[in-house]
Amino acid sequence: MAVFRWELKDGVAVVTLDTPGAPVNVISRVVKEEMYELLAELERDANVKAVAFFSGKPDNFIAGADIEEFVQLKSTADAEQLSRDGQALLDRVAASTKPTVAAIHGACLGGGLEFALACRYRIATDHPKTQIGLPEIQLGILPGAGGCQRLPRLIGARAALDMILAGKSERAAKAFKLGIVDELVPPAILPDIALAAARRLAQDPVPRRRRGGFLGTLLDGNPLGRLLVFRLAKRQVLAQTKGNYPAPLAALEAVRHGLSHGMKEGLQREAQLFGQLALTDVSRKLVQIFFATRELKKDPGAPGAPPPAEVHRLAVIGSGFMGAGIAGTAVVQAGIDVRLKDADLGRVAKGLLAARDIVNDRLTRRRITKFEHARLVASLSGSDQYTGFGGAELVIEAVFEELSVKQQVLRECEAVLPATAVFASNTSTIPIARIAEGSKRPEQVIGMHFFSPVARMPLLEVIPTAATAPQTVSTAVGFGRRLGKTVIVVKDAPGFWVNRILGPYMNEAAHLLLSGVRAEEIDAAMVQFGFPVGPITLLDEVGIDVAQHAGDVLQAAFGERLTPPAALAALVKDGRLGRKAGKGFYTYPNGKKGDVDASIYPLLGVQPNGGIPAAEIVQRLTYAMLNEAARAVAEGVVRTPRDGDIGAIYGFGFPPFRGGPLRYLDDLGSDRVFAEMQRLAERLGPRFTPSEAIVDHARSLVRFYP
Amino acid sequence: MTNPTGRRVAIVAGCRTPFCKAGTDLKYVRAVDLARHAARELIERTNLNPRAVNEVIFGQVVASPLVPNVAREVSLLPQFPREIPAYTVNRACASSNQAVTAAHDQIAFGHADIILAGGVESLSDIPILASRRLTDILVTASKAKTLGARLATFARIRPRDLMPVSPAIAEPSTGESMGQSAEKMAKENHISREEQDRWALRSHQLAAQGTKDGRLTAEIAPWFPERAGGVVVTADNGIRTDTTLEQMAKLRPVFDRRYGTVTAGNSSPLTDGASAVLLMAEEVARALGYEPLAFVRSYAVAAVDPGWQLLQGPIWAVPIALERAGIQWKELGLIEMHEAFASQVLSNLQGFAAKGWEINEDIINVTGSSIAIGHPFGATGGRLVTTLANEMKRRDVQFGLISVCAQGGMASAVVLERR
Repeated sequence: MAVFRWELKDGVAVVTLDTPGAPVNVISRVVKEEMYELLAELERDANVKAVAFFSGKPDNFIAGADIEEFVQLKSTADAEQLSRDGQALLDRVAASTKPTVAAIHGACLGGGLEFALACRYRIATDHPKTQIGLPEIQLGILPGAGGCQRLPRLIGARAALDMILAGKSERAAKAFKLGIVDELVPPAILPDIALAAARRLAQDPVPRRRRGGFLGTLLDGNPLGRLLVFRLAKRQVLAQTKGNYPAPLAALEAVRHGLSHGMKEGLQREAQLFGQLALTDVSRKLVQIFFATRELKKDPGAPGAPPPAEVHRLAVIGSGFMGAGIAGTAVVQAGIDVRLKDADLGRVAKGLLAARDIVNDRLTRRRITKFEHARLVASLSGSDQYTGFGGAELVIEAVFEELSVKQQVLRECEAVLPATAVFASNTSTIPIARIAEGSKRPEQVIGMHFFSPVARMPLLEVIPTAATAPQTVSTAVGFGRRLGKTVIVVKDAPGFWVNRILGPYMNEAAHLLLSGVRAEEIDAAMVQFGFPVGPITLLDEVGIDVAQHAGDVLQAAFGERLTPPAALAALVKDGRLGRKAGKGFYTYPNGKKGDVDASIYPLLGVQPNGGIPAAEIVQRLTYAMLNEAARAVAEGVVRTPRDGDIGAIYGFGFPPFRGGPLRYLDDLGSDRVFAEMQRLAERLGPRFTPSEAIVDHARSLVRFYP
Repeated sequence: MTNPTGRRVAIVAGCRTPFCKAGTDLKYVRAVDLARHAARELIERTNLNPRAVNEVIFGQVVASPLVPNVAREVSLLPQFPREIPAYTVNRACASSNQAVTAAHDQIAFGHADIILAGGVESLSDIPILASRRLTDILVTASKAKTLGARLATFARIRPRDLMPVSPAIAEPSTGESMGQSAEKMAKENHISREEQDRWALRSHQLAAQGTKDGRLTAEIAPWFPERAGGVVVTADNGIRTDTTLEQMAKLRPVFDRRYGTVTAGNSSPLTDGASAVLLMAEEVARALGYEPLAFVRSYAVAAVDPGWQLLQGPIWAVPIALERAGIQWKELGLIEMHEAFASQVLSNLQGFAAKGWEINEDIINVTGSSIAIGHPFGATGGRLVTTLANEMKRRDVQFGLISVCAQGGMASAVVLERR
């Protein structure tokens, strides 16, 4: 056998799954075939009284089903068959005449968990690397190897739906609490305890299970309670997906069907639904994003770049919202020492408190213990001097957006930093090359553009200049990844990538407002399209003054086509800066977003009259963005369309199921976009004139993704 | 003092938290966090590679039962590797002198190259004890085997057992409090109220000057608030910039209300704070590119009968330290004397003068001392070493002396040399 090996210990067959040459185990065709052989062999062997399954990989049990096999599926029937094959195998595992124990250390996800669920008994280590979950929903499919049946039977419909519909993985402690695993043990004793459990099961094959308690009986234990559970879950799914994602509803149906019609019927329905989902466009898009993200994780950022320099200490200059966010995120995610510097101690104090809040948040959500909390808090320190910079391998500046200030900070830093340290600027509007002009070591200067709030936004744009050394790029990229960010490397051009393509989108939202569309109509149309928030809400979140400044920069660089409507200035003058000021387009009673503030319309000099249908709102907003995106790709702002799409999805929530702006453009067809933009340009002005890139694509029918 | 290995020990840098009167700006801060703050800031300011530190030694007098070895918690700062051993010393008010001299010995012997020494005290957070009887009952109850036995033990608790016991600043051997000792020394050495008030005023004025011109604030690691709305503490908060002799004279004596002269004004206040000092073997410091502020030339400790003049120990310790240094009193260019009480300082000076040593006030406590700056017991020695070394560098003084009196009739004296 190639992937399994086993040995007999005290009557227990200790089976190790260890896929040769792969960093993690996945359930592939080979694994499936060998599993049948193995089970038959173990059942024949009279010396084997029970079976314990281990993984031969460090910190990984089974990462899931083989996604490569999944993407090669050509038809719904094939997909349904794949699901049935998985189900049959796990039915075989569940029917094993020798009791089975899954000894779980490391990721146990998707098909891996479905396998563990088919075992008689599960033991997990209490190690942070032990993550348990069913992430299939995130790929637009559902757990199709019996997961929709076995999990609700084990832990009740409510908890199972929570896990399946969110696709979130949980720590072992949570999985234990939910009853997914029977025991939680330190890694060092996992083998002993698993063997002991196997021997126990050999004597008394029925493990004792905990009961669901009063609420469990009330909701999960009877059809009426379950009806309520399903109704609530469905409402929640629809509210979240706006009907754009079919998988959660299908999973809900698979679970419901199984609970009311029995295991066999349930499995059938599950396979059928899996088959229907597997080839949907939504699933394909989500899988593409998964692959793109995975590729990006391995991408050093520059071809042939040396490995990143190790960063033990980060210095951050500027303790405002961004600086503090970077400091707090670095401490929480990378566990490193952070020194925060600002011009006066009062600001440093504020920044340290804001950074500490990020650490506190982890404690409140019980992601860290109070001891880890104390350690992380002690990693944060600050000063109004450049003390402590002498030991920093990386400094990120987040000072006021003004070239002379940033250049001065760079000069001051270079005087105190080690000669090998990297200087990164978190500017969103200033060319990195300009900042680097005053540098003694321009090869160590780079842009690291974080998004606000840093702790929550998943994207980082890394911006090398022509002079930046490859290792500086890999260091910035590597460090961004340590902060848990998805990193794209973009060209040092105004607005970089995200703000560049967001600019015309935001401008168009303002044009729509000025032509009498209500703010909430614009937002609703884009939320329905799939954005997490609409552009008007986004303006409030970002800060109207910040957006205005970014818009001005783009206008200065690209001229008329990126000219923001003058009306925003009226709002800024009125002190309506957005959420941070407590008033913007929306009101913010008690800090929570309220309704649109009707008094904005007189300020903008319009009378909202409706009249523009949602479809046109969507078209104008998306086309404005697509046009600029195509142009920026042609200019080489992103290295590949992949980076561009990932940037838009993680940067501002471009609907993932549409695959990103460039894939969306491909899907619409450049010829169609070209024709419709021409019509828009005639009606609304030259800002809709199709870019060279779109003209090219339309003429020769090229696509971003061939 | 020539040591057997011939290794000279350098004071590379020092740093401390602001010293704040107990119950004020640092009242919610645990001693361990003060100590860690001072130590971390010293690492930051010196760009020290934390992996190079061989040992951490801290002084603390009233340790928290929850953190009995505060030094180890310092050496477990996230900036340090986990493998730096650490211990805490208690030589009463001379505890961080002890930490510094112990560091000196280990480096001189070649057992270590780089040591972080320091001291800490939080008098806002002193352990309050349960009564002896309650302690006894709780211990017995914890050993009880049955619920009945446990309840029976608890039933012995009487209301008076619940009175907490707070540690007093008094001599266990005589029952005499520090203040009473200071009072006794004032009387026996005939030191007037006015002399004491003048010395206290001088301490405040010089400390105010040292704060204003930045000499003191330079050695302070600002304390950042831990909650929104708090203030950044950048200076010692006990220094009275505008007090006068008249105001001092109005204060009533505390320890002997009838014939006493020792007041809150001419005594050091109860204080929270921490200090840290970085010591290295000279050649190590130079190899790493550090310019030492000063070197430890010699030190000595002594003790007197606590029933006599409790704080008069320095007149025994200082001559030994000078002898070990091979120098004369008159060669000293700067002197840092701990000020527990003005009556103690003046008694010590009287004792020095009696040896025929000329007292030049211009070189004593040039930026004030504990009466104004405050006295977190375990931290004061580290402050004195830092202040003296920095001032020796500023004035390019070759020899400086530190003199500290301590509870139990003890004293510590340290001689530093600049070159």
